[in-house]
Amino acid sequence: MTHFSALSLVKNALSGHKNWTEQWPEVEPKAEYDVIIVGAGGHGLGAAHYLAKEHGITNIAVIDKGWLGGGNTGRNTTIIRSNYLYDESARLYDHAVDLWQDLSQDLNYNVMYSNRGVLMLAHNVHDVQSFKRHVHANRLNGVDNRWLTKEECKDYCPPLSISPDARYPVLGGALQKRAGTARHDAVAWGYARSAAARGVDIIQNCAVTAIRRHPDGSVAGVETAKGFIKAKKVAVSAAGHTSVVMQTADVRLPLESYPLQALVSEPVKPVFPCVVMSNAVHAYISQSDKGELVIGSGTDQYTSYSQRGGLPLIEHTVAAICEIFPMFNRMRMLRKWGGIVDVTPDRSAIISKTPVEGLYVNCGWGTGGFKATPGAAHTFAWTIAKNAPHPINAPFTLERFRTGRLIDEAAAAAVAH
Amino acid sequence: MSRFRVRGKGRVDAAKPMIFTFDGTPYTALKGDTVASALLAHGVHLMGRSFKYHRPRGAIAAGSEEPNALIGTRRGDGRFEPNTRATVQEVWGGLQTTSQNKFPSLRFDVGAVNDAAYMLFSAGFYYKTFMWPKSFWDRVYEPFIRAAAGLGVAPTEEDPDSYASRYLHCDLLIVGAGPAGIAAALAASATGRSVVLVDENAEIGGTLLSEPDAQIDGTPAWDWLAQSRADLLAAGVKIMPRTTAIGYYHQNMIGMVQKLTDHLTELPADTPRERLWRVRAKQVVLAQGALEKPLVFHGNDRPGVMLAGAAQTYLNRYGVKVGDSPAVVTSHDSAWFAAFDLADAGARVQVIIDTRAQVRADLQEAARARSIPVRLGHTVTATAGRLRVKNLRVNAVSGGHVGAGTWINCDALLMSGGWTPSLHLFSHTKGRLAWDDALTTFLPEHTPEACVIAGAARGLWGVQAALNDGAARAREALDALGATVQAAVYAVAKDRTGTGVSLHELPTDRSASKAKAFVDFQNDVTAKDLRLAVREGMRSIEHVKRYTTNGMATDQGKMSNINGLNIAADALGKPQPQVGLTTFRPPYTPTSFGAFCGYHRGDHFEVLRRTQIDPWAEENGAVFEPVGQWRRARYFPQGNEDMDAAVRRECAATRAGIGMFDASTLGKIEVVGPDAVEFMNRMYTNPWTKLAPGRCRYGLLLGDDGFIRDDGVIGRLDADRFHVTTTTGGAARVMNMMEDYLQTEWPDLEVWLTSTTEQWSTIALNGPNVVKLLAPLVEGVALNEADFPHMSCVECTVAGMPARLFRVSFTGEVGFEINVAAPLGRQLWETLWAAGQPHGITAYGTETMHVLRAEKGYIIVGQDTDGTVTPYDAGMGWAVAKSKPDFVGMRGLARPDLKAANRRHLVGLLTEDHSLLEEGAQIVFDPDQPIPMTMRGHVTSAYATGTTGRPIALGLVEGGHEKLGETVYIPMPDRTIAAKITSSVFFDPDNTRLKI
Ligand SMILES: Cc1cc2nc3c(=O)[nH]c(=O)nc-3n(C[C@H](O)[C@H](O)[C@H](O)COP(=O)(O)OP(=O)(O)OC[C@H]3O[C@@H](n4cnc5c(N)ncnc54)[C@H](O)[C@@H]3O)c2cc1C
Repeated sequence: MTHFSALSLVKNALSGHKNWTEQWPEVEPKAEYDVIIVGAGGHGLGAAHYLAKEHGITNIAVIDKGWLGGGNTGRNTTIIRSNYLYDESARLYDHAVDLWQDLSQDLNYNVMYSNRGVLMLAHNVHDVQSFKRHVHANRLNGVDNRWLTKEECKDYCPPLSISPDARYPVLGGALQKRAGTARHDAVAWGYARSAAARGVDIIQNCAVTAIRRHPDGSVAGVETAKGFIKAKKVAVSAAGHTSVVMQTADVRLPLESYPLQALVSEPVKPVFPCVVMSNAVHAYISQSDKGELVIGSGTDQYTSYSQRGGLPLIEHTVAAICEIFPMFNRMRMLRKWGGIVDVTPDRSAIISKTPVEGLYVNCGWGTGGFKATPGAAHTFAWTIAKNAPHPINAPFTLERFRTGRLIDEAAAAAVAH
Repeated sequence: MSRFRVRGKGRVDAAKPMIFTFDGTPYTALKGDTVASALLAHGVHLMGRSFKYHRPRGAIAAGSEEPNALIGTRRGDGRFEPNTRATVQEVWGGLQTTSQNKFPSLRFDVGAVNDAAYMLFSAGFYYKTFMWPKSFWDRVYEPFIRAAAGLGVAPTEEDPDSYASRYLHCDLLIVGAGPAGIAAALAASATGRSVVLVDENAEIGGTLLSEPDAQIDGTPAWDWLAQSRADLLAAGVKIMPRTTAIGYYHQNMIGMVQKLTDHLTELPADTPRERLWRVRAKQVVLAQGALEKPLVFHGNDRPGVMLAGAAQTYLNRYGVKVGDSPAVVTSHDSAWFAAFDLADAGARVQVIIDTRAQVRADLQEAARARSIPVRLGHTVTATAGRLRVKNLRVNAVSGGHVGAGTWINCDALLMSGGWTPSLHLFSHTKGRLAWDDALTTFLPEHTPEACVIAGAARGLWGVQAALNDGAARAREALDALGATVQAAVYAVAKDRTGTGVSLHELPTDRSASKAKAFVDFQNDVTAKDLRLAVREGMRSIEHVKRYTTNGMATDQGKMSNINGLNIAADALGKPQPQVGLTTFRPPYTPTSFGAFCGYHRGDHFEVLRRTQIDPWAEENGAVFEPVGQWRRARYFPQGNEDMDAAVRRECAATRAGIGMFDASTLGKIEVVGPDAVEFMNRMYTNPWTKLAPGRCRYGLLLGDDGFIRDDGVIGRLDADRFHVTTTTGGAARVMNMMEDYLQTEWPDLEVWLTSTTEQWSTIALNGPNVVKLLAPLVEGVALNEADFPHMSCVECTVAGMPARLFRVSFTGEVGFEINVAAPLGRQLWETLWAAGQPHGITAYGTETMHVLRAEKGYIIVGQDTDGTVTPYDAGMGWAVAKSKPDFVGMRGLARPDLKAANRRHLVGLLTEDHSLLEEGAQIVFDPDQPIPMTMRGHVTSAYATGTTGRPIALGLVEGGHEKLGETVYIPMPDRTIAAKITSSVFFDPDNTRLKI
């Protein structure tokens, strides 16, 4: 692996960039692995990285049905924050935000984590109550989040309209300054490169068609488009398709899969300094390094595995953005797309062992799992390596849906992010 | 006349000159010109700067696929938009345009230093650096990258224009009005089916607009076009120019955006700028044509280098010669025709360079006749010229060897790498493509939607082939519609068909790793960047795209995708079909946000629901608050009262006399049918079987998880009829939930649900004097404990109006809710208002309602509960039937954690220092612990201004029901507040005041 730095860039520039090496090699699957990870998204690749780096397990394959990072990791709007309400969530997401701060250096890959701040707008008394509850809970949990008056919101984000005549006037907002965005592809690539350098096999364009079990019920390996591959442990991290994969091991998951759409505008010079989200009008926005306004909202109404998504939701989302930022009305939409997200009943993730010995699952991130990528991958790796959860992901069991010990972020997640 | 305008050519109107400005300089244009054609008519090629290297750029195309010539367009205050394609924007008199991404000027741009350091800015360079020192990322590197990126500047003012949207249903939608689309429309026009023909251009015709010499069935192309247009209109075909089909959605739904005013000098009054059409077509013909491919060679991006087809269009459609001494480089026959047209228009064509060793004899003959030098089997290896191409370097190629280069002067370089079918909308349908080896391109194979592809869009070249295919494909679509037509057969003379070869990159004698051979012009992606990506392990075309940003510019890859794919495939050593195309995403071309917003702006962003009584509240000075889509009167200040003072007064008046409240926003659902009681038993936690008609009951609704979702008083009017009320915000949700259960879980139940929220105006009267006011007005029931006890309901008349009268209380006072037909609401309100004056009637709003109910410990779902609260947690176990076999949430409630000790219970909180708690504040047991603290609950409601003489609060506290009397702590940023846990009922715990 070539070390990335300004110096190596200059050196290679002088030699016509002919000496760069592959960031990850193309490999054929071996007959057997210690761990097979299904799904080469940020979460799966990240788990491979941490397994190799922190647990010394390197005989790993990460298998994806498509190209690595081509799932939700490469489709999301990259909002990163940790000002969640419940202690369990705050701990998990804040763990992730801690890891985000140094991820570029850890991976030697610039993931462009940008501390731009995430501002969540309150438009009615109910929002104010709910956000203040978050601010108070976050403060006592040591998580950065603070209440801004509407004038302070405007100072922080000048394009914002705080006109009292708006259909849903802004009453104030909750700001997490430590929050921000990152470059999604770089996260997948950085993890892939680092894992591959440590000996992990990354196998693309190879769908896992079934999980096979031993007669005693424990996991035996996976059936794939390239044949059966043996494994001591199988870890599934397949986002919107997780329930389909897990079903082949007779594990039913409480997941519903929905299309979630997002869009970008044509690029413009810097005009939008932070991330703004609004539950009341149902949309959120930031500006990418390239200059595009990046916009998203809630899921489509109906469950589906089609990545097409409908027009009505997009109409509403754009209208919502122009409602809070009327000056963007003459901007143009460049591109829109959809991903399939896996939604749990309590809108919190599952990072857990399963009833099948040797089978692990990390899913249920729904509309907001990019931000958790390093934290989820890190604790998932721990869970796989030790066959026991890390204290941070211990509450995020599959069992909780049976016991009722939910981590209900649903109320706070009226909008995707 | 401008220097490069060719008299007698083009469809522009020489009699209608106009003035517009570009970077402040005025230019003349003719009606029909685009900004690009008008600038070219003045010899101006330099129109913009590229994204990364800030290289000078001119128009490369003549249509919506243009990646370079992006400009800002302005029409006075508020009407500015960045990144407009100069090749699409029609000129109108007074249009102001500006170039972008330059400082200080388009001709001299300091950003061009990037160009000198281009070897550093290779694909993905930013992933490899800017990591040290870490703190520099946020403060130095990222701001620098951001400032350099972006193209135009965002608008800063509010948009004064309006936008519209419409639905359209038709039998046949034809996208693209070139020869194929027009022939399809002609075929369908006689069938009596509804036909819509759309094209993004200002006029229909497509290729025909650039091919005036073709003769269709003996008629010159433009005459044929005019006649066809007239025929189609006469046959009732809806022709929509300036309309772009932006996306193809499920079940033949096509989104289209029509531009209505951007081409007009005078803005008509009351006309929207754009209109979004949501079209549901039974059948669709996609005749989007083909896009010309640029050639990839060093210096292929200088102003003056453009597609040969574009030059032909500028000449024939706009009457503009793109240069006096153009040169041509091509691997396809079609560019030869552009050269001939230019030569015939008086240009001295310097050379035709064809990469092929063999070219049709007739073309060579035609070149000779025009004295155009021809070089077959040659390549172009460089161009020169800072702001405009001034010469090119040409080399012979033989046996794979590139010979020495010689320079040829030119003032424009026309290139053609052949044509690629335009399959964007097809691709939106998740249509499958198949690689065609002969044509070296992808062709449509299968789509799940009811659509056919016609003409150049499936690889057929030439006007005759397009016409005949349009007719034939339309026939297929019409067959599917049950309409039979004869397929017309067209004969076209002077049809300029041709063939070519597909070259991935022009061969060169120089180092390919240093060449600035652009593939994605706007994003400055070169062939070497693509190779670098592959070298670094990017094997999927999607990785190549994302790593290099090839195809991600505002032309959405129209110019770059195929060349990018070919070069990546070479580098990978794989055939194209194994590499695959990236997915095309809607919209087809960048589309104004305003068009998506449509009517949903400002006051119309979302309907503002108002009750019938709302105008009275407004006239009487109410302060409103939004609650869901409703606005509700929050309080009615008198004089200089602030909210606290008003609420204190309203509360006291209600407890002492009569308070009147507009409760019309409460959700209302009529549940009717022989199985209505069974349905209610299954939906709500409470038992309903024994509730007698004429009585009502507080109902609690859970989700299937066992947590409280909604509540409301429900009256049984008859054995088979319930009047259900829900929370204001929950009305639609509850209705949906009920329908969902009824239709999917219990379809056997005979029950009908009707949302009646809007049908009733509801007025709540509360207070000790209510009966005095109401009794004289009510006919049909006597208002006393015996005839109409608390929790009764009846149909009667109130002030002569038919009404449903409920005796209920959300305040702890004697209370009634009167429902009358919605339009009578205000009349009843005013009648009661007048009649109540002697009894001290006072109007109150939602804030007083909140205070009064909190004093009684009544919950507000969504405030005191949050989706994690069981009926037991809320102290309402009494509302859960003990002996019903089932109800929604029963199983959820049985889960161990929902029965665990130490759940959070709803309790009252009284602060020891009588300070007001903040809603949302967190509760701890041990105030001295370090952060992170163990939180044990939170404050859900808190009010300073009740009738109990001190601030009260409700909260959810761990094990709260067992901790009455204990002290808990609320740590605030500046201090910690101590509060005692109390009963949640602060006022009249024995309900003595509910008695008449
Ligand atoms: C439009 C959109 C916007 C979003 N915005 C945000 C945001 O702003 N902030 C945020 O935090 N989150 C956001 N999210 C959510 C976030 O993208 C996801 O939660 C997160 O990326 C999930 O990562 P992952 O690695 O688990 O899944 P993915 O990246 O989806 O990876 C799963 C992988 O599994 C593979 N796979 C599936 N089935 C199989 C099989 N049978 N065999 C082999 N491989 C298989 C898939 O190909 C895929 O590559 C958004 C999501 C979408 C769609």
